[in-house]
Amino acid sequence: MRLLVYLEHHEGELEKGSLGVLSKATALGAAVGVVLGPGAIELAVRAGSYGATKAYACEDELLAAPLPQPRVDALATLVEQTGADAVLFAASILASDVAAGLAARLDAGLNWDLTDLVLVDGELVGKRPALGDTVLVDVGWKGSPGIGLVRSGAFDPVESGGSAEFESFDFTTEDFSALATLVEQTQEESSGPSIEEADVIVAGGRGLGSPEAFSLLEELAAALGGAVAATRAVVDAGWYPYSTQVGQTGKNVAPKLYIACGISGAIQHKVGMQGSGTIVAINKDPNAPIFDFCDIGVVGDLHQIVPKLTELVRSNRA
Amino acid sequence: MAPRLAGPPLESSAMKIAVCVKQVPDATVHKRIDPETMRLDRSGEAALNPTDLNAVEEALRIKEAQGGEVVLVSFGPGKAADSLRKALAMGADRAVLVSDEAASGSDLLGTSRALAAALERESPDLVLFGQASSDGDGAVLWAAVADRLRRPLISQVASLTVDSSSVTGKRQTEHGYDVISAPLPAVVAVSDAINEPRYPSLKGIMGAKTKPQETLSLADLGLATDSVGNAGSKTSVLQLGPPPSRGDTIKFEDDGSAAQKILDHILERRLL
Repeated sequence: MRLLVYLEHHEGELEKGSLGVLSKATALGAAVGVVLGPGAIELAVRAGSYGATKAYACEDELLAAPLPQPRVDALATLVEQTGADAVLFAASILASDVAAGLAARLDAGLNWDLTDLVLVDGELVGKRPALGDTVLVDVGWKGSPGIGLVRSGAFDPVESGGSAEFESFDFTTEDFSALATLVEQTQEESSGPSIEEADVIVAGGRGLGSPEAFSLLEELAAALGGAVAATRAVVDAGWYPYSTQVGQTGKNVAPKLYIACGISGAIQHKVGMQGSGTIVAINKDPNAPIFDFCDIGVVGDLHQIVPKLTELVRSNRA
Repeated sequence: MAPRLAGPPLESSAMKIAVCVKQVPDATVHKRIDPETMRLDRSGEAALNPTDLNAVEEALRIKEAQGGEVVLVSFGPGKAADSLRKALAMGADRAVLVSDEAASGSDLLGTSRALAAALERESPDLVLFGQASSDGDGAVLWAAVADRLRRPLISQVASLTVDSSSVTGKRQTEHGYDVISAPLPAVVAVSDAINEPRYPSLKGIMGAKTKPQETLSLADLGLATDSVGNAGSKTSVLQLGPPPSRGDTIKFEDDGSAAQKILDHILERRLL
């Protein structure tokens, strides 16, 4: 099994989600990484410490902006030249567009939202929770390469040491691929990890009562080294940026610890977070649906409990 | 680049916009996969995919500002025509539905192939998609369609400006904001944060009944039946199982010690 893993990077670091997929691929077969854009060579070498035997790198300027279509050109060229049984991506806004464009280009099957990958009789099989995670579907691919998009947080990176042999490559561009251009980019100032990367998420819903109450969650998240997320209702109300929205029209996350504060647990939210390791729910309403799918449920006032918990975490860590 | 629509010249900035929309099981329906066919059971009440309405709304706003035409393009069973009527009632001008017995069981490849063929026939200046379907939830279709149409792509757009020759979209990413520009014709996928879809007026609802609705077969689009549907699919559903179960819930009321109890559980599970 020859698995090509697309390694996304940001500000000189390989993304944790991509490294998780690489570590998983290493456990399944010969994992080869590919890094695209300025700085790719240095990052490709680093992929070795997560199990890549080899990593391809292309530093072409066309790959500098976070746009999918030139990446499709590059990966299509690489797959055609080197072959691969599967091309795997950690889901992100960019990676999803790259994976789907590549599927169309190579006439290759795409399965998305995978939470696990296994080998069955030597064939790659993906596990995909579907229909609001009410059913777990085993999905396969006909022909190769198969293309897979893995849900954020599904696999942890495993650092094993070692460095990858790297090889630079060039690619041919399609005439339409460079038409879209990045005209402006604003980096968000953030003091902690993004919700896709965080091991701990503290999330808030309508039960916070006001946008100001998010500061309580921010303090708890900071104490835990985590990120703050929000439900659709509060994002729609303008209480919190919609980049933090978890759920059906937001992001699917699977941190190790998810603390839901004032969140009723509507199905639209549930689908985005129920893959989390441990779910703690704090809600005033004892009948809130979230108590049906959390691990630890507290009926109480989050405005009392959250600040206390923050203090306790701080003193425990001190 | 796809050929532009031939015909009488529209006003210079007038825009032909195609909006790709999908019929999905209604939100009130308990969605299930038929264990026989391993496909989503689409027999119950159906509706237009909610976030597609944002794409329809955006198309209508562009048309209202600049003139032009809004065409709905859909791929699905024949009964999808009913759901398209809602978007016609909102103000779209006409609808094209690709529907064919042989198309059932299509995965991303077949779906993008059928839509791209219908879009090529329309040759719009701008193709719009909504955020994600409530049944498949892949949020990937536009990128496959853009590749087949050989057009530039901007996805997850939360605000959009269009002039006679280009489109510029602002989007929020994991790391901040990107502003991306592309010449027309282009493919744009909008996020559900872009606007608030209008409700159809009574006049709109009455008028929708007489708006042109066309149904095309795969043959009408020159597509081989084995390139779409189950035969053209490169993915397979092997098995259905129950979702991984969570353990028992520990539930208690706060008596002042809840924060300590939560911390104890977090420590016990080595999560700190």
